[in-house]
Amino acid sequence: MPGKLKAKIVAGRHLPVMDRASDLTDAFVEVKFGNTTFKTDVYPKSLNPQWNSEWFKFEVDDEDLQDEPLQITVLDHDTYSANDAIGKVYIDIDPLLSSEAATVISGWFPIYDTIHGIRGEINVLVKVELFNDLNRFRQSSCGVKFFCTTSIPRCYRAVMVHGFVEELVVNEDPEYQWIDRIRTPRASNEARQRLISLMSGELQRKIGLKVLEMGGNAVVGYLQCFDLEGESGLVVRAIGTACTLDKLSNTYTPATAINPCNSSPSKDIKEAGFGEEAPGVPLSSGPPTPLRAQTFSSFSPSKSYSRQSSSSDTELSLTPKTGMGSGGSAGKEAGPLKALLRQQTQTALEQREFPFFTLTSFPPGFLLHVGGVVSARSVKLLDRIHNPALGNTRSYKLLDWNSFTADEPETRDAWWEEIRQEIKSHAKALGCHAVVGYSESTSICEEVCILSASGTAAILSSRFMQDSALDTEHRLSRQQASVFTSGAEKGEGDMGSTASLGFEDLMSPGCAFCHIPYDELNMPFPAQLTYCHCCRRYKVPDVLFTTIDLPTEANVTGKGCLIQARLCRTKKKAQGEGNATAISNLLPFLEYELHTQLMNKLKLRSMNALFGLRIQISVGENMLLGLASATGVYLTALPSPGGIQIAGKTPSDITYEQHISNMQKKINDTIAKNKELYEINPPDLVEEVIGSPIPEPRQRSRLFRSHSESSDEVSELDLSHGKKDAFVLEIDDTDAVEDIHSLLTDAPTPPGFYSCNTEIMPGIYNWTSALQMFTSVRVFRLSNVNLTNQGLNKVFNDLCENLLKSLYFKLRSMVPCCLCHVNFTVAVPEDELIQVAVTAVAMSFDKDQTQENGRQSIDKNLMKAITENEDQLQFPLELSAESSSNPLNSAKGLSEVSGPLPSARAPSVDYSSFTDRCSSWIEQLRLKAHTIRCGSIKTMSSLEKASPLPEGRSRSLRSNRSYAGSSVTVVKMTPLSFIPGTKIIKYLGIINMFFIRETTSLREEGGVSGFLHSFIAEVFAMVRAHVAALGGNAVVSYNMKECVFMENPNKNQAQCLINVSGDAVIFVRESELEATPPQPHSASAQTSSSGEGT
Amino acid sequence: MRRMSMELDVFVGNTTIIDEEVYQLWLDGHSVSDAVRMRLESDALSECEASGEVLHSDTMDQYRTFQMCERLLHCPSKLANQLLFQIPAHRQAMLIERYYEFDHTFAREVLGKKLSKGTKKDLDDISLKTGVALKSCRRQFDNFKRVFKVVEELKGPLVENVQHHFLLSDSLARDYAAVVFFANSRFETGKRKLQYLSFQDFAFCAGQLISYWTVGAVDNMMEDMDVDLEKEFLHDLKDLKVLVNDKDMLDQHKSLVCYQLKGKIKAFSEMEANFKNLSRALINIASKLTNTKDVRDLFIDLVEKFIEPCRSDKWTVGDLTLFLTHYTSTAHTLEMFRFQILWERYMGVIKSCILKMYHD
Repeated sequence: MPGKLKAKIVAGRHLPVMDRASDLTDAFVEVKFGNTTFKTDVYPKSLNPQWNSEWFKFEVDDEDLQDEPLQITVLDHDTYSANDAIGKVYIDIDPLLSSEAATVISGWFPIYDTIHGIRGEINVLVKVELFNDLNRFRQSSCGVKFFCTTSIPRCYRAVMVHGFVEELVVNEDPEYQWIDRIRTPRASNEARQRLISLMSGELQRKIGLKVLEMGGNAVVGYLQCFDLEGESGLVVRAIGTACTLDKLSNTYTPATAINPCNSSPSKDIKEAGFGEEAPGVPLSSGPPTPLRAQTFSSFSPSKSYSRQSSSSDTELSLTPKTGMGSGGSAGKEAGPLKALLRQQTQTALEQREFPFFTLTSFPPGFLLHVGGVVSARSVKLLDRIHNPALGNTRSYKLLDWNSFTADEPETRDAWWEEIRQEIKSHAKALGCHAVVGYSESTSICEEVCILSASGTAAILSSRFMQDSALDTEHRLSRQQASVFTSGAEKGEGDMGSTASLGFEDLMSPGCAFCHIPYDELNMPFPAQLTYCHCCRRYKVPDVLFTTIDLPTEANVTGKGCLIQARLCRTKKKAQGEGNATAISNLLPFLEYELHTQLMNKLKLRSMNALFGLRIQISVGENMLLGLASATGVYLTALPSPGGIQIAGKTPSDITYEQHISNMQKKINDTIAKNKELYEINPPDLVEEVIGSPIPEPRQRSRLFRSHSESSDEVSELDLSHGKKDAFVLEIDDTDAVEDIHSLLTDAPTPPGFYSCNTEIMPGIYNWTSALQMFTSVRVFRLSNVNLTNQGLNKVFNDLCENLLKSLYFKLRSMVPCCLCHVNFTVAVPEDELIQVAVTAVAMSFDKDQTQENGRQSIDKNLMKAITENEDQLQFPLELSAESSSNPLNSAKGLSEVSGPLPSARAPSVDYSSFTDRCSSWIEQLRLKAHTIRCGSIKTMSSLEKASPLPEGRSRSLRSNRSYAGSSVTVVKMTPLSFIPGTKIIKYLGIINMFFIRETTSLREEGGVSGFLHSFIAEVFAMVRAHVAALGGNAVVSYNMKECVFMENPNKNQAQCLINVSGDAVIFVRESELEATPPQPHSASAQTSSSGEGT
Repeated sequence: MRRMSMELDVFVGNTTIIDEEVYQLWLDGHSVSDAVRMRLESDALSECEASGEVLHSDTMDQYRTFQMCERLLHCPSKLANQLLFQIPAHRQAMLIERYYEFDHTFAREVLGKKLSKGTKKDLDDISLKTGVALKSCRRQFDNFKRVFKVVEELKGPLVENVQHHFLLSDSLARDYAAVVFFANSRFETGKRKLQYLSFQDFAFCAGQLISYWTVGAVDNMMEDMDVDLEKEFLHDLKDLKVLVNDKDMLDQHKSLVCYQLKGKIKAFSEMEANFKNLSRALINIASKLTNTKDVRDLFIDLVEKFIEPCRSDKWTVGDLTLFLTHYTSTAHTLEMFRFQILWERYMGVIKSCILKMYHD
């Protein structure tokens, strides 16, 4: 019996009136976990019931603790008829299972009903007592920490980065079960919510097991998604990066207990327990099985299926040899032990089945070189259910549309495996052994499914992957104990070389990652290479596309900006295989054009690199949508991009010539304007001297025009006039004119605004603490008249542009500000509908310091983060000496250091009411304690608490604090991994929530907009409530992964599904952190070194 | 709006964004399209170069937010501990205060009327007469009703009750107290002769009555309600009749007042001639206040019996002030007059009310 879950129902408030006659409610609560249900007494005739229940205790397996949510149902007691449900609260207790995260869940939770939305709130207390886990062959993975954050979390240090973990779980969608015909929409929605919650829990547990197996203690960059495949089922899948993290000891007790406790015993036992791999399988699935079957008898489909099908990897990975993440056999490993370190890293990575990393930013020195974006897509056909009456086993079949015989449940695994293999080979072609910033996505329309994966090919340092060596030791020791000593020796040697290699690679940190990893003579694609403009020693490409965040050490000129390519292509309606074929024929064109657009827009802004590139392709019945978003920057190391030139095809006509030259002028003007706007003044005189190799015509002809057939002709054009490597845009038809037109019509951001889709904006460093996270959704109905590609494109482009315009307008009070992490998702929910959803955070910054000397603040912040992540002090000194020899940077560096400390300024710009979050957090804790002690004074409290001081005007000022602190904790939400001006002191656990909302009275709820508006607000409220109940005051790395909206206005109905995730954290303002002497000291030390590093 | 085929358009911030300007337009009862037009015309937004489309989207969005908040604003204390909208406390205070603010011209029309369905039906006329949009009239009327309903039965000081339950500023709470007080006692304010009086005039008088003539006024233990005038006090006022019924006392009073005022006021002769009538008027009003009907007519009586005669004799405000001051104080020197406290309590309020009401 590994755990005891305890729950106490304290009180309710603002309950809805359930009895019309009395205008009151007789509420009671059911608390359910697994198959056990407890009930509170009925609290009669009150909208603010005080149950103050006993502690309900559930004795459960920790495995169940991971999978199951605690389910709290509030009902209205009715003597004569069935009790009416008021609503439910699902509480994920996973955060309580890690000793480092939350210890108690306590607070007010919104009572949620899928039909009525939030209906009052309930105060709940939840605790977990975990007993020591005696069963080593457990199915649970309690204690493995999960982070949505795609970098090493701020208060941890990466000891090791083990690599890619993935898992998927499949089930039948309750919405499509036969029973759905007879049950209420509410019951169906709840079944779905519960199922997804269960599946997420199970998925997380299984991934956790893999992590433990790899010797890690955490998953970073955890991305969980679900695919609603309609009748063919429901897939929940997740990817992440397994790491071993060490909590940085600050004021907190070094709670690194998890690492040794959880990872090492499992290893020990493996070594001791089975020398050979054989017993692993039966043992692992042996003892726990009967227990689980018992507990889940009511819920067999999901369990039974998922265990046999998709968890195959997990079970396999329990066997010592074939663990997938760290895979490879012993034979292979003998080689690398003797090889050079770099090769070893490479080989170690190659041994991994998939050397993928979901991280987008890295500890310094980890990312050595970046090759470019790699992506793969495939179109699959989901098969319909043939025979729905197959009893409790799954009745679905997922078919590969190429091979109809492949109806194994593993099909999904196989699909992804295929794509990952492709990605891997692409990376190899770029001379890279790893893929970073890796992500996967799907788009489903009816029975067609597009699977996409993308990432950035890269070469990584072995520094954080010593596990390759360490793992080797372990594995070797497992197989042959005799090799052990030599392995250990080798390990030490490795450490040494790591350091030296790291040093070498970091000599020019601001540009090293740009240096090409591939062979110059054997380039995978045509590219112009030049010597790096920073170090002049290595070659760099002319442009660089990546899916990662801008490395903190990168040298950037000027500011960055959000660049989007948007494309809409019509497609004939088709069925089945024909449809899939049509789509896969269209895809390459779509991608090519998106790429073209991106490149053109990049040039138009006079920039040479894209970060955070995300290409989304969405499929509808009669169209395909493509949206590529990225943050453009000017990397100082890369050559200055040439302009864009327009070439006419029919030079006979004079007016036509005129037209072209007009257009050329416009483009040139725009480029000039953009250079000014983004402060791009590269010191290019030096570069001219060195000169770049004269590009061969063939390379030049990488022409960015939409019609591929025209490209051969273009290559013959004379491009020699104008700037050295100008881009040519050829005009041969109206299409092209349109293209150029659309290129130029991207409205510039209004003054004071910047935008990017990465974590931070290059060139802006002095953030204030004012931030506003938001979600905006638009659905556009196409008039069925103009469905030409051009018309569609325009509509889609306008839709996105107008949405951005509206955002800028809405947020105008925050100027100067930057929209960060702008995340667009597009969908085609129905025939003539286009849906665009945006989630982003607007952050204000200090204008005064925007320019040069602002730089140091970010460097300080980042470096501080770095130092938190790393036990640094390795090379800052050498580093500064090295880079100050660079004439371009030293002067700048010095001037920066003398600037005022920005952190001192930041708090003053704060929202008045948002001041001292820390104290409100403490206040909240106090309040919580209060609630626990005396839960019974609640009835009056809502009246009394709010009552302000009797004297007039001044009250409004004074009472602010009193009600900010006393009632509801302010919870900040941000898609970024940090909050400027603050320090995250604790990660409380992952937030992963899935909600369905449905209405049958759409008009009464204010139409579709009213319906969705309140639903999104409700989702935010529930996220905040959960975070507050965990004792947190912010969600970082917040992401709305799914927003599926369906409507049927004729029936007055609508339904929406939203899936959100993030990391619950506690932060404190840096200004409020007790100014411990070492901190400012180390900070300033960093500042000086980093300042020169720029 | 080139294409109105935008099916759905929402914006939700983690911190609810509230544009005060749009909020005011909403409160004033403007339709979305009116509001968009007004915003387009206003200078404030000219530098944003916002198009009609953008403004429309923003306005719709704001209106929706306000509609969703409205439910909470009906019970302001809920706004502070609800979870749906994260609104900084000072913004919450602003939302509440603005929501409960009302047009004085509107309030003047409703003052003293029963806050019932019947009155609600007259809102169309009031809207026409005052120029306040019907929507806004409804909100204001409902606010009156809501506040009235909540504080009607509560013990303790009226202003504070309003403040506690609706989290309003002091001045706004006082105005509401006046509205509640008038609605409860149903004072006559609609007569033609009273039309010249503004809401502020009445609100001031109400404040005086609440402060000095209710139970709460004397007994600070807040044991009784503040909404009703103190019955005992009103009953005792009959005793003041002696001032006019006792001929000697009346003469003596007159001579004392005349002695004090001689040469100090312009309308001295008129005062001298009219003293008995004026005194009789004030005492009669006092003695009749046991009657609910007469309480309701307090203001019309003051105007007809006292203010109008003075006005026709062209008394200045200064004259009136001096007269009332000495009229009150000299009574204390009358040997036979035993009701000093009662007199002071009565005349204090009457004096300040009359002075407030004495204008054109």
